[in-house]
Parts: sequence; structure tokens; C-alpha cells
Amino acid sequence: MTTKEAARPVSAPAPRPPVTAKQAKRRASLRHLPLHVICILVGATIVVPLLFGILGGFKDNGQLVTRPFGLPDPWVFENYADMLVSSGFWRPLGNSIFIAVATTLLVVLASALAAFVFARFAFRGRELLFTLFSIGLMFPFAVAILPLYVVLREMDLLDNPLGVILPQAAFGLPMTIIILRGFFRDIPGSVEEAAILDGCTPWGFFWRILLPMARPALATVSVLAVVSSWNNFMLPLVVFNDPSMWTLPLGVQQFQGQYAADTARILAYVTLAIVPSIAFYALAERHLTSGLTSGATKG
Amino acid sequence: MRGRRRNGPVLALFLLPALLLFVGLVLGPIVLGLYTSFFSWNGFGGLPTQFVGLANFTRLWSDDVFLGDLQRGLILIVLSVGIQLPVSLGLALLVNQPIRGRSVYRVLFFAPYVLSEVITAVLFTMLLSPNNGLVNNLLGLLPGDVQQTWLANPDTVLYAVFVVVSWKYFGFHMVLYLAARQSIPQELTEAASSDGANAWQVFRHVTLPLLGPTIRISIFLSVIGTIQLFDLVWVLTGGGPVHGSETMAVTLFQYGFKRFEVGYASAISVTMFLICLVFALVYQRFVLRRDLEGAMTVLGAAK
Repeated sequence: MTTKEAARPVSAPAPRPPVTAKQAKRRASLRHLPLHVICILVGATIVVPLLFGILGGFKDNGQLVTRPFGLPDPWVFENYADMLVSSGFWRPLGNSIFIAVATTLLVVLASALAAFVFARFAFRGRELLFTLFSIGLMFPFAVAILPLYVVLREMDLLDNPLGVILPQAAFGLPMTIIILRGFFRDIPGSVEEAAILDGCTPWGFFWRILLPMARPALATVSVLAVVSSWNNFMLPLVVFNDPSMWTLPLGVQQFQGQYAADTARILAYVTLAIVPSIAFYALAERHLTSGLTSGATKG
Repeated sequence: MRGRRRNGPVLALFLLPALLLFVGLVLGPIVLGLYTSFFSWNGFGGLPTQFVGLANFTRLWSDDVFLGDLQRGLILIVLSVGIQLPVSLGLALLVNQPIRGRSVYRVLFFAPYVLSEVITAVLFTMLLSPNNGLVNNLLGLLPGDVQQTWLANPDTVLYAVFVVVSWKYFGFHMVLYLAARQSIPQELTEAASSDGANAWQVFRHVTLPLLGPTIRISIFLSVIGTIQLFDLVWVLTGGGPVHGSETMAVTLFQYGFKRFEVGYASAISVTMFLICLVFALVYQRFVLRRDLEGAMTVLGAAK
């Protein structure tokens, strides 16, 4: 490891004096001290803003001025309590969950079907079609937002959850198809042959054998789809006028606009809105990081 | 395999949902956007009719806000590639060291990435607020007058945006670098150091070249992401004050959804796409080529 070598003069390859385990340990922890200091400083830039939000929600606006640091005194539970009994938090939360789940189901199912065809069948125009989907990776969401809005308006999908679900699924297709295709391709042909010999139809093979085998890949693409749907802001912003449709990012943003002077209340809302993200992260951390890194480190 | 030919209709059926979605809601709108960029249109009443040729595009080159967008985008890209990514790389190497609690640090550093840009922006609006925001309160403890109206001052706002963007995304890049660093076999660095290389030399001549492909991809993602930056800026500043933090996506949103100059806004989005496309092609041609070579051959061979 690099630091181990840094401590040893390179010009002296002579055998090192024997070091007891205890000494080595102490030396290591001394050497690591600056590293810990850096880590703690960086960690503080993340923890402090979050703590500011969490604790700020327990203060009132007067306390935010008089006691900007430190614990609330007295603890004010009103901000959180008000939020938790009003529909201003639960409604957007429910909408976000519904839209994320529907988007994920749709994009994963449609992509899995297409990826299955791309991975395991040869037909004319296959590569062309696959390239067409890959090109979709090049289209950032912002580029399409205007015409997309016009299309959705003509389809009468404004102020309709489908107006967000369908485009999100459509824009998620390229990435999902590419990941799943790679995975489906790695499943040995002998498995498929055995299934066909046993009388499986293509659908039967896909549904009963391929999908169950691809569970890890499905989990990864699902987690990515949930996160991108959960965090999407631009599309819900233009599609939903009706406050009862708002998703969580939209709700937070509108709330901030509405109660601009009531900092403590906004902090309470923000803190509550962070909780589901962090909870999901805790549950799906492995899939999330593996999904994000798989694209960038292979090849 | 036998019976493949009869699968034609089934395959078509399998492809249908994805194709419908993709053509209807990705390709269709893109083509429509390209079409409307040649018209003067307020976005209402059927297809646009007032053809203006390239007027929308030539207007871009005399639009100070748009030219400013390009300049601000460039500043953000330079800052990201020059500061944010090297810091992420340093931290990745740091949490790769066998120090106590490194897994805690890893998880913690990545945490901001899972928050939405909107939540991040609202939180930082509060932190950077001129009255009783935490940042100014902390700076108030220092001697001198270093407090600022960070988001209301055209001179500081872009840098404030950069800090918030970095806060949210450095963990993402760190995780990419970390994964790449962990895939470097330990024998390589060990061999280099037993040959007498010092820590810096091992990093410079072994680790860094092997991280190359990942670094190049991460620069690519960072640049494309910066060009498209919207949510965070929209919530944090709305592009203001006096366009001080406006990005291309914010400008196109303003024209498209606030002023109903849909034709002109479409021209901005087409230009934005072209910038991304040209960057992607040039970058792939000259920078990523070597990295992709292996992957491309595999793709071709597997036909």
C-alpha cells in the first residue's frame, strides 16, 4: 500500500528492525491521524448541513436567530407535528411512491422484454434497432422537455400521473435495456436449449427462467429507476398544476416559496423529505453503487 | 435453433411496449422539437405555421443571456474538472487506505448523492441565507467582514452554485474512483514499490494510468451533467440575480414556459443537444477511443 512505503526510505532495503505488533499498530494509527482529520472535516461538511436542518426543525424562528448553533432550547415539536398531521407532507410522499413504483415496473418490464429479444434472437435490423435505443442515452431530459410538454398536452395527460410515469419510463429505457441485455447475454445458451427441449415457449423461457435468473440485474436497474423517478423535478414541475398531484420535490419547492419567512417550518419539511431517501439508500446501497459503477468501470 | 423463424410475431410483440414508449415519448418529441426550432410559435393551437428559417438560431448569437450561459457553463465545467474531481479522487484513495471507520466515511460521503437536487437546493438556500443562515453565522465568528449575501450577489452566486453542486456530486465520483481503485490488483502497486518507487511514483505511474478509463468517463459525466444543470439552479436562485447563475436549461425553461416563445426555446434546446453531441463525439473520438476499443470489439464479435 502506498503510505506504508512512504514511511520507509527507499534507498535502504536492509531488513527492518523487528517491530512488535503493538508498536506497528501505534505507528499505523499515528500515520493515519492526518487522514482521519481530513475525513472528519469532509464528513463535517455533510453532517453539519443535515444537522442544521434536523435541529432547525426543532427550533422556532426566534431561536434560529438567537441560538443558531447548539441544541434547541426549549425543543419545539410543533413544526414536525404540524407537518405530520397535515396532508402537505403525506400526499406528495404518496404521489412520489406511486409514481416511482409505477415507473419502475413499466420501465423494467418493457426493457426486459426488449433486452431479451436483443440478447437472444438474431434477426435482420436488430443492431440498427438496438443502436436506435442506445442513441436515446444521448438525449438529456432537458432537451426534450418543451416538445414533450406539447405532446402530453395534446394527449390530455397534464395533471395526470401517467403524464410523468410514461415519459420517465420512456427515457429510462436505453440505460435499462443496455444493462439487461448484457446480463441476459451472459446466461448460457444451454439453459435456453434445455428449456426449449422441455417445451418452453419464448414467453415461458423469459418469464419462468430468464427473469428469475436475472434477479440481481433486475434489482440494480430497479433501484436506479426508483432513484431517478424519486428525484425527478423538471417533468412534474411542468405536468402537475394541481397541488394534490405534486411529488415530494415539487412539494418541498412550493412549500419553500409559500412559507419563505418561516425557516423553521421549511427545515422541518426538508428533514422529513430527506428521511425516505436516506432510508432507501440504507436498504439499497449495494445495488445503487454497483449499478452506478458498473457502467463507468467496465470496458 | 429450430423454430426460430416462427417466432417473428412473438418477437415483435416483445419489442412493442418499448418501441411504442420510445418512439412516442422520446424520438417523437425530439423530432417535434427540431421542427419547431425553425418556427416562431407560442406553443398553442396545433402545429406551428410561421416558418422563420434559421432566425431563432442566429438570434442566439446576439442573445447576451445565452452567450452568458455558455460562459457560465464553461466556468462550472472548469471548476468541476479542476477542483471537484481531483478532490473526489483524493478522497477515494483516502478511504481506500486501511484506516479505521473507512466504511463509515464511504457511506457518509456518498449520502448527499441520494438526496434530490431540489431538497439539496432548499437546504442550502437556508444555509446560505443572508439572515440567520448557518454559513454567515459561522463566518461571523471569524475576524473581519467575510459575511456575504452568497446567492443574491452576482459576483458570488456562480461559485455558491458550484459549491452546492460539488457537495451533492463529489461522493458519486468518489464511488466511481473507489470501485476502479479496488479493481487494481495489489500485486501491481506492491511490485512497483518493491522496485523502489516512492508513494508519489506509485500513484503517478501505476495507479493513475490504471484509473485512466474511469477518470475519463467521470469527466465525461461531469461535463454532460453540468451542461444540463437545471433543478438545483432553478430552486436555489432561479438563474438570478441578473442571470448571474443562469444555465442553458434555465434559459430554455424561461423562454418555453414563462414567455411562451416556444420556437426560440426549441432552438436553445436543439443547440444544447448539439453541444452535448459534438462534445460526446469529439470526446469519444479523441479521449475515450482507447478505452472503448476492447468493448467495441466484443460487441462486434458477439453478433
